[in-house]
Amino acid sequence: MKYVLLFVETEDFARDLEAMDQAERDRAYQRVVEWMATHAGKIRGGNKLQSPETATTVRLDRGEPVITDGPFVEGKEVVSGYTEIEVADLDEALRMVKTWPGCPIVEVRPLE
Amino acid sequence: MSDAARDQLARVVRQHAGQLAVALMRVTGDFATAEDLVQDAVLAALQHWPAEGIPERPDAWLFTVARRRALDGLRRADNYRAKLAQLQWPVQTDDDERLRLIFTCCHPALPREAQIALTLRVVCGLTTAQIGRAFLVHETAIARRITRAKRKITDAGIPYRVPDHDELAARLTEVLTVIYLLFNEGYLATTDPPASRDLAEDAEWLASLLDQLMPTEPEVAGLLALIRLHRARAAARFGPDGGLVLLRDQDRTRWDREAIADAVRLLTRAARRQRPGPYQLQAAIVACHAEAERFADTDWEQIVLLYDMLLHLAPSPVTRLHRAIAVRYATGAQAAMAELDDLADVLGEYHLYHATRAELLRELGQPGQARAADRRALNLTTNPAEQAVLQQRLAWI
Repeated sequence: MKYVLLFVETEDFARDLEAMDQAERDRAYQRVVEWMATHAGKIRGGNKLQSPETATTVRLDRGEPVITDGPFVEGKEVVSGYTEIEVADLDEALRMVKTWPGCPIVEVRPLE
Repeated sequence: MSDAARDQLARVVRQHAGQLAVALMRVTGDFATAEDLVQDAVLAALQHWPAEGIPERPDAWLFTVARRRALDGLRRADNYRAKLAQLQWPVQTDDDERLRLIFTCCHPALPREAQIALTLRVVCGLTTAQIGRAFLVHETAIARRITRAKRKITDAGIPYRVPDHDELAARLTEVLTVIYLLFNEGYLATTDPPASRDLAEDAEWLASLLDQLMPTEPEVAGLLALIRLHRARAAARFGPDGGLVLLRDQDRTRWDREAIADAVRLLTRAARRQRPGPYQLQAAIVACHAEAERFADTDWEQIVLLYDMLLHLAPSPVTRLHRAIAVRYATGAQAAMAELDDLADVLGEYHLYHATRAELLRELGQPGQARAADRRALNLTTNPAEQAVLQQRLAWI
């Protein structure tokens, strides 16, 4: 089955990342790179997203399209990236996600 | 139908529903379909058996109904039909298949209420209406929960399998939590008992099934012992007027000593595996109470020690409150009160915190403050039996 892992960052996480010195930050990124390499056989694609300030939202349910600045939900938790994976079932997806070394929240969503 | 006949019927259905689900799962490979067919067969049994009597081979009867429905109903599934047509009763099911069923119902990706409802329907053979009555929730709400959960199982790819070794501990905890919640729901229920299903009995049955299927897991035996130790004393929990009787006032001659001894043996066997856990420790604490001939004989020092171990494994403010009660008898009211003061922030909205404080204040010679604490407890509880105890206390003192 195919799933998308939605990586979600929190304000705390962003602050912690900010507080790291360059060497620490490099190590944190390195752990993510290693995780990606470990699971490369199951990863079908994905990307890091630019920060939520760069988002633009278009609402089409209000008559005329309404264009606003920012993500569709204003919140302390923002989607910061996604990865598509192909695994046997939800348990295998969860097993992968349990070792994710990056942001503190991951939503696992099956693809149609 | 008499209560005895109804209980008998429920037991027979429960005995066979899970087996049927396993057999159907094997043919269809689809949890939602198997679950629907089991429910259909159970409903048919509840419709026919009261008038016609329980058939000699209830399992074969249920199987025949389910198979017929399946052959009628499964339009698109030609491959099911061929397999179903070949399937003969009895189907030998192995332990692993029964475990798979339980672990799927209690998958952590499902919300707790859905885990409970699915387990009751598929593993214990309850109808949606019976579950609704037991939880005082409208039947349609339960039906919605089940539909949503089954859709998630299919769409999100929740597998039908026993968890691997490295994830077994966490997944087993999930199953034990479901059984324990069911037990508490049944045990604490104070509505007219014959009016609703005895979920405490279903919980004991589930724990016992799980213990047979996983005989080397001491926490399973621990939970089973815990449930049995509580149920062995159930007869003394309510007075002739239906009111709740506190532990210290219970007529201990009404406790089932044989059942207590059996449960303690079960617990001792589990403890030999030297893998202590919260259920074994809670059972050990209850065993200390159950084995005391009189309230005054209770080994409070031992109980305080067991609570220390329990808090080490599973820290919780409510457990600290219970420990404080043991401290009151082991050391004294002053020491217990000091522990309670530390809990004021976290348990301020918990009725038993105030009820306990009231008892301690009374012992420490502060009746005015004690009454205020009792009143606070009364305002915070919705359980009618507990309300009655508190009201009585306010009226007496």
